[in-house]
Amino acid sequence: MNGTGKELILRHSNGTRIAHWSVAIVFTFLFLSGLALFSPLFFWLSSVLGGGSLMRFLHPLAGAALVILFYPYAATLVGDNRWLPNDSRWVEHMGAYMRKEHPDVGETGKYNAGEKMMFWSMVVLIGLLAATGVLLWQPWFAPHFSAGARRAAGLVHAVSAFIMFVGIGIHVYAAIWTKGSIDAMIRGTVTRAWARFHHPAWERETTAGKDRR
Amino acid sequence: MALMSLDVVNQSASTSTTPQARRTLEVAKLIDISRCIGCKACQSACMEWNDLRDVVGVQEGFYTSPPDLSDQSWTLMRFNEQVIDGRLQWLILKDGCLHCQDPGCLKACPAPGAVIQHSNGIVDFQETNCIGCGYCIAGCPFHIPRLSGKDSKVYKCTLCSDRVGVGLEPACVKACPTQALGFGSKDDMLFQAEHRLDDLRERGFAKAAVYDPKGVGGTHVVLVLPHGDRPEAYGLPANPRVGPLLTVWRSGLARAAGVVTMVAVLAAGILHYMRRGPLEVPPEGDQGVKP
Repeated sequence: MNGTGKELILRHSNGTRIAHWSVAIVFTFLFLSGLALFSPLFFWLSSVLGGGSLMRFLHPLAGAALVILFYPYAATLVGDNRWLPNDSRWVEHMGAYMRKEHPDVGETGKYNAGEKMMFWSMVVLIGLLAATGVLLWQPWFAPHFSAGARRAAGLVHAVSAFIMFVGIGIHVYAAIWTKGSIDAMIRGTVTRAWARFHHPAWERETTAGKDRR
Repeated sequence: MALMSLDVVNQSASTSTTPQARRTLEVAKLIDISRCIGCKACQSACMEWNDLRDVVGVQEGFYTSPPDLSDQSWTLMRFNEQVIDGRLQWLILKDGCLHCQDPGCLKACPAPGAVIQHSNGIVDFQETNCIGCGYCIAGCPFHIPRLSGKDSKVYKCTLCSDRVGVGLEPACVKACPTQALGFGSKDDMLFQAEHRLDDLRERGFAKAAVYDPKGVGGTHVVLVLPHGDRPEAYGLPANPRVGPLLTVWRSGLARAAGVVTMVAVLAAGILHYMRRGPLEVPPEGDQGVKP
């Protein structure tokens, strides 16, 4: 093993970090405004998001922005998120992993199986939310669909949004729990020791001189 | 509207209770299609009383004019052309809000107080609270509310709630020259409707029926249909109902499930961190312990 543990290596490029935080900000607006539209208990959120009418107008636009920001970003991550045999092993040992029993899950690459599941669920959910959102988008698109289709779209939109909330909740918690990962997404770098501990296969690749993103 | 706020029994997307001190009489408008001569006085009266002016359209080969309901046309005589017993007939429908007892628009609306229901049965839109999402349009089994392109607010028949609130009949009822339109307590209107049915059956309309669909809890606009076995021929749904999709989507249960999910995610995170602590890279020299 080369280098000292404290040496910094690049995990997320400038572009990746900008894309990540843009998506995060747009998602936050979408989630809060969607919550206001979903339940009267949270309608008060509309008053800090521009007022009911403006918030309702902005929500689908933000949705379109999310699609435009997320999918090109996701395309750059597909390569590192392909499902490998080791990943199924990680899933089997997920409980032990969360209990910090350090189970043997094989050599983890740039992303572990949990991160990959998060990635693919977002690819699917954002697609579902965007597709059903078009059916509800007044005044431009909704009039072209039947009332029945729009009711179904509304239900799927709400259910997808809550699954997405659970996914993002796990994502945020995992970042807080795994020390060093928030720094990685802010400054872009991790220590070599961190990389070796969490993502040994990826650490070896970067050491071999293949500087990845 | 200040006095009438006492009579609001139901409002959209609200967490507060509605006033219970008094109950007004349940009202209904009775539309007896067999007496309608298609004069459109009701349409004109609606425009006059509510100060509405739809755009002047073009002749499209139908007697129905304007072609559709809009933010400016809250009631519309639809001249449905049907061949019955070899003869072309107009099955006229005075289209507009039916003021459901169980209104899909109110259930669907996410904006507090944008849709209200009075104890007399009138379902009214409060445009100042409307945010233009159009959920009421998706929620309505009769396809009635119309979103204005000008202001992104929805509009529909108010059953002249302003007139009814001070003891007058709706403008369309006042204007009708043939008593095809009637107005009064719902009980009285149903009683009258039964009499009209007797007349119609004598005249050979064996299938004549009253349209007061139970799927939406009954309506506060009740129709006497000479061809009562075929409401679709008039452009009315045979079995209108709010339906399970909307009921689940906009239900208190779904909202509660959403809140429980959010609290559960938050609690799971806090508890896990408290119990297990953060996942950190073991100090140097401890590198043998691999994850």
